Amino acid sequence: MDDPHRAVDRGVPPVIAPGHTFGTVTDKISSIVLARRTPLWWYAGFGFSFMLTGLLLVSLTYLVFKGIGIWGNNIPVGWAFDITNFVWWIGIGHAGTLISAILLLLKQTWRTSINRFAEAMTLFAVASAGIFPLFHTGRPWLAYWLVPYPNTMNVWPQFRSPLIWDVFAVSTYATVSLLFWFVGLIPDLATLRDRSQSRVGRVIYGMLAMGWRGSAHHWYRYETAYLLLAGLATPLVVSVHTVVSFDFAVGIVPGWHTTIFPPYFVAGAIYSGFAMVLTLAIPIRAAYKLEDFITMRHLQNMAKVMLVTGLIVAYGYLTEAFIAWYSADQYEGFVPLNRMFGPYARVYWALLVCNVVVPQALWFKRVRTSVPILFLISLVVNVGMWLERFVIIVLSLHRDYLPSSWGSYSPTFWDWSTFVGTIGLFLTLLFLFLRYLPMISIFEMRTMLPEARVEE
Amino acid sequence: MKTTSRRPAVYGLMAEFEDPTSLIAATHGAYQEGYRVMDAYSPYPIEELHEALGSPQTRLPLIVLIGGLCGCIGGYALQYWVSAIAYPLNIGGKPLHSWPAFIPVTFECTILLAALSCVLGMLALNGLPQPYHPVFNVPRFALASRNRFFLCIESTDPKFELEGTRRFLETLNPREVTTVAD
Repeated sequence: MDDPHRAVDRGVPPVIAPGHTFGTVTDKISSIVLARRTPLWWYAGFGFSFMLTGLLLVSLTYLVFKGIGIWGNNIPVGWAFDITNFVWWIGIGHAGTLISAILLLLKQTWRTSINRFAEAMTLFAVASAGIFPLFHTGRPWLAYWLVPYPNTMNVWPQFRSPLIWDVFAVSTYATVSLLFWFVGLIPDLATLRDRSQSRVGRVIYGMLAMGWRGSAHHWYRYETAYLLLAGLATPLVVSVHTVVSFDFAVGIVPGWHTTIFPPYFVAGAIYSGFAMVLTLAIPIRAAYKLEDFITMRHLQNMAKVMLVTGLIVAYGYLTEAFIAWYSADQYEGFVPLNRMFGPYARVYWALLVCNVVVPQALWFKRVRTSVPILFLISLVVNVGMWLERFVIIVLSLHRDYLPSSWGSYSPTFWDWSTFVGTIGLFLTLLFLFLRYLPMISIFEMRTMLPEARVEE
Repeated sequence: MKTTSRRPAVYGLMAEFEDPTSLIAATHGAYQEGYRVMDAYSPYPIEELHEALGSPQTRLPLIVLIGGLCGCIGGYALQYWVSAIAYPLNIGGKPLHSWPAFIPVTFECTILLAALSCVLGMLALNGLPQPYHPVFNVPRFALASRNRFFLCIESTDPKFELEGTRRFLETLNPREVTTVAD
């Protein structure tokens, strides 16, 4: 195991700056939540995000009022922004589960400072993702038809359809992520209950902490449960984007019907997720002065994960193009040509620049240790991964087999406003989380301190 | 509180320590002295404490296994029943019991029920949510969620005796020993 107390000797930046004790760690993190005065920039950020959430509400209201014709989707491009955004958001969520579950099983101690808010990011990303398929059904008030339940119509869902698999995968993922996040929060909620100065705070945090008192018997079962949940979440996170990729791979549309999709989607999900964690972590650590807890070690490690997953994704692009040629199928062979030189060629080349060319800068240590450049690269990767889903979905659909049924797609105002609106929803939830819940796991940070060591 | 029960008005005696090493040493000491009904409180999980208290292994993994199996069998059975019995759709003469297509949902149901039984099982075994517990009557116990460590020998222990146990706890070098009202 990577001993957090010894890594510093090898010249690696520490996971917690030296000099902290149980008391200072607890006070620093809980004071962000318990402080009476909310920083001005919080109001500004929250206000702006909430405005965008308002735009989402307007877009969805108009959508329900008019129907999905207000979007640019039309046959042959039946899936466009909606599914692009859905896959993008779900993918972003994956980094949270990866950090909290897989890195826990691998005993990567650096995960501790970032797992809580990465898990929160997962929940908010899944919430934003869910909006798209729900409203794309056209009649969201009948969405419960997707669930198998005895009904007077005597019909049941088609379990051979990847779209039903998706319902199960995404709802399980949302539930398990919520459980994992909440279980991790219980001991910290107890800390907030014990430290809150206001009666309202004590009552609310007290109810949420459910009477947690840090008993050794409780901790023992708690740790067992946490480890088991991590073990369950690990195959789950891999399965979710696999099932999402089945939505495409099981179809026979050229460019979709390939076996590389599941691993390539999972790698892409982790890639975009880590990019989003960096995009969020860098401003948050600066705003709340958390450089002691989210150190350069975290940023560098995340940059390395991005580099590796980015290479896997690049390999996926290469394989896609190679197999299209090697299949000797004229429709499959047309797909990469259409991507490179067709009407959407600019999107494809932009995707390659964002996802393959720019991240190569991460090979250099000087880039990995520069916070502003990391922030910029993370933004570029976020854009790149969104373009990737757009390329996969729209570019495959707009020209499939028969040239007589080819078409094109361009987004309308409402496509953009719904997308931007979900970004607003995501940020609004994130701002509320930062203000009302501890964004770093306090009890896990305590275990990382030198004074937590038990002497024999 | 409960006047009808024979429980004494004292829940136990609580000793406060400043660091994890002294808490573990004290717990070991109390166990060797013959105390069994006791609990240690710490602001973060300490593996050695569970051993020092001499408590048994948890049944949680078994609960999770049973939950997972229920999800697995239930999920598969649901799909089989829906697709082959309740609502059979003959599409090109393909088999109704198309098991490979049932794997993803079976997997998701397995994880869902295993995770739910894991969390609910953990809470149930821990007796949470618990609105009232006597240890919170000690004002300094609020620090158990910050930076202090506590050992509480409960009055239901056969060896418990207000004066004798207090004297014993004083020998363990605590910061202070408090009587916990029930």
